[in-house]
Amino acid sequence: MRKLTYIISALLLIGAQQVDAQTPKGSLLIQHATVLTVTQGTLEDTDVLVQDGLIKKIGKDLSASSKVETIDASGKYLMPGIIDAHSHLALDVVNEATAPITAEVSIADVINPFDVGIYRALAGGTTIAHGLHGSANAIGGQSITMKYRYGTRNPDDIVMKEAPRTIKFALGENPTRVHGRGKNIQPRTRMGVEAVIRNGFNEALQYKENWKNYNSSKNQKNSNAVPPVYNLRLQTLADILDGKIIIHCHSYRADEIYMLINVCRDFGVDKLVFTHVNEGFKVAPELAKYTMGASVFSDWWAYKFEVYYSTAYNAAILTENDVVTSINSDSDELIRHLYHEAAKTQRYGGLTDEQALALITINPAKQLGIDEYVGSIEEGKQADLVIFDEHPLSVYAVPQMTFVDGVKYFDINEDEDDQRLKVSPTEMVEPVYLQAEEESCMHGVELFTEGTTFTHSH
Amino acid sequence: MKKFNLTIYLLLLLLIPVVSYGQIEGEVLKPQNGKFLLQGGTVVTVTNGTLENTSVLLEGGKIVAIGTDLDAAGATVLDCDGQYIYPGMIDSGTRLGLVEVGSLAETQDYAEIGNVTPNMQALTAINPNSVAIPVTRVSGVTTALSVPSGGLFPGTAALINLNGYTPDQMYTGFKGIPMNFPTSARRGRWDRRSDEEIKKDAEEAMKNINDIWDRATTYAKLEEADAELTYYPEMEQLAKAVRGELPLLIEVNKADDILSALKWIKEKEVKKAVLTGVSEGFRVAEKIADAGIPVITGPVLALPARSSDRYDAAYTNPGKMLKAGVKVAIRTSDTENVRNLPFNAGFAAAYGMGKEEALKAITIVPAEIFGVDDHLGSIEKGKSATVFVADGDPFEPKTQIIHVFIDGYKIPMTSRHIRLYQEFLERSPGLEE
Repeated sequence: MRKLTYIISALLLIGAQQVDAQTPKGSLLIQHATVLTVTQGTLEDTDVLVQDGLIKKIGKDLSASSKVETIDASGKYLMPGIIDAHSHLALDVVNEATAPITAEVSIADVINPFDVGIYRALAGGTTIAHGLHGSANAIGGQSITMKYRYGTRNPDDIVMKEAPRTIKFALGENPTRVHGRGKNIQPRTRMGVEAVIRNGFNEALQYKENWKNYNSSKNQKNSNAVPPVYNLRLQTLADILDGKIIIHCHSYRADEIYMLINVCRDFGVDKLVFTHVNEGFKVAPELAKYTMGASVFSDWWAYKFEVYYSTAYNAAILTENDVVTSINSDSDELIRHLYHEAAKTQRYGGLTDEQALALITINPAKQLGIDEYVGSIEEGKQADLVIFDEHPLSVYAVPQMTFVDGVKYFDINEDEDDQRLKVSPTEMVEPVYLQAEEESCMHGVELFTEGTTFTHSH
Repeated sequence: MKKFNLTIYLLLLLLIPVVSYGQIEGEVLKPQNGKFLLQGGTVVTVTNGTLENTSVLLEGGKIVAIGTDLDAAGATVLDCDGQYIYPGMIDSGTRLGLVEVGSLAETQDYAEIGNVTPNMQALTAINPNSVAIPVTRVSGVTTALSVPSGGLFPGTAALINLNGYTPDQMYTGFKGIPMNFPTSARRGRWDRRSDEEIKKDAEEAMKNINDIWDRATTYAKLEEADAELTYYPEMEQLAKAVRGELPLLIEVNKADDILSALKWIKEKEVKKAVLTGVSEGFRVAEKIADAGIPVITGPVLALPARSSDRYDAAYTNPGKMLKAGVKVAIRTSDTENVRNLPFNAGFAAAYGMGKEEALKAITIVPAEIFGVDDHLGSIEKGKSATVFVADGDPFEPKTQIIHVFIDGYKIPMTSRHIRLYQEFLERSPGLEE
């Protein structure tokens, strides 16, 4: 018996090592860069030594073994890999729009590592993106944090294993349109959205209670306790209540943001991030005190009514009110120049370089619960790095090289015309898409909504 | 005692107007007309180089003088020391004024029913009070082409300045007829047509467009011959394009389609044509240059059209066309974020076009394409006082735009976005326990 245990353990260990080995890790020495650490200021003419995927040392005149690639970054800028807290890029399916609560489904099941969009994002300096379920449901599916290790054919290699679990919630026009107006079931109003979420949490409390009662009685003598029926949807909600999952909530209006803050406070949930959050600026003090922050668009507005009373100064107001703020893309296009989206906060609200860079690095890392690993250039952190030819907040900045775990995935000098990993064997004529198609929050809900399609449907 | 009472009464009397205005909001900032001296800035004329430490005098809606010792009697003097003076930026393709809230049908006025509706006038539907207009103009974008969309000939586009209380006050001298050239491209991932079906559809669309153009040509000929014509507003409008009174703005993107369009323009002897969109222009740039047809391209901040394209295909497209000798203007194709025009130009500049040419692509080049370069597109004596002042390069996000003038009107530097910033930066009451 004991022998068997040893054998199984040994096999498991080998298995674990193999899983580890699948994720490549690189070593390199970047010399003479202007290092934008984000958390520890700007270091002129500084070297960064990367060993096996981690930042080993930051300083002057560092040396590495001759086997390690050395990059002369004189006159160039080095910043942490850009992190997008809200994306639907490289996901085959986005919306399980069949019920107001679908906490049981997971985006991890639909990652498409072949999406050339990953390469394009890397070419824009983005190394990590939070791949979210869509916004059709008040409580949508579980999301996934991805490291853009382009080239792998295995979706698992793209998953950032250290990242905590996250889930998508959605308020306002999208869930009320899909369910209330599209299917004539709750929610049709923002009151209904609140009720759906409260009902879900209360059911989860009951479910937890049932399991607790069963677990405490099953070992009692002569117990005839029957286990409750396992329910992944309610178990996931229970995990949220237990603080095991971070909520990322699609939201626009101040009233609905305030509502969910209150709901979460009532249920003792404090792992809560608001996303898009166009009217977040109106409840900035509440966001600062009760949430893990807000992830906003730099300037999108007026594409639907709930974003009509918006301001491009949102990120600046939130930042000045001490909300942990990030700029997200929600777009296969914007994800390629989040450094530029962050720079707009200097026009709209005059944020400093450091504040603006934090919006796309350490702040989204905090919102995803991965800030101990990534989001700044610090010794011991994972070597997700980008080299720019000019300061990344300049409109003229062009990303030169992008590294994930010290492995180079983009180099402007090695950029080929065609970076696809696979080509369709059946398509004689290559499609030319006249309109930029984006995997938006409402992708795949056409069946449930009648009438017009939208240019922006986030 | 009596004197005291009188003072009290007088004070009360003074209070009356204050009390009666108690229900009225605070100060409204309106555009101001007058004489203004922009004193001692760096003047980026666009057409005549960059002039250091130079002043610009604006009066009666015009640039009346550019120089150093200008007679500024009676002028409001604005110190531009350390600042830059530019001509207003022109976005040569937008939906500005034609839609207020993107998803709400009630506010969408850019697509009329029908495939051939060139007689639909964008200028009619432009809402001078659209919230997006002040949001746009405080960025230095002063002028925009507002374009209807959908169908083959969706309407007539109009060039507007972003100040005025009626569309006519905003109109600034150019109209054109957009035409969506038949495409042989897949319209998107949802487009499940087979390759054969796409080919067949494109051929049919070409036949259709030829038929329509022939009819318009016939209409124009009959008009010239003073024939008695029945009411046919669509053809009446298209006949203006046939005669060259109004340019055709031909929206075409795929490389093959661009070549077809160039061939079509030649065959049909189209008098004035401009290509718009042109996202694959870089593939056939030499051919466009040879044909001598100007191009309005954009958005630059866009995805490549093919998955096999280089990641920066859209960024480098304007620069590549320019290098081949094409006259290139840049547009945003946007509605509410036309303020991103300088950033589209900035990316084009960074990816091969260069700063100077990218600036031209949003000032003098569109002015020339639209035939309004007699009054817009550069800082020259006698041109419209449509200029802005910035504390740096307007393509750089951190640059602040300080003053904007449109046709001599000093524009209040406010918008709903700015007012919300002012109200909510420090909220009171703040957090309530």
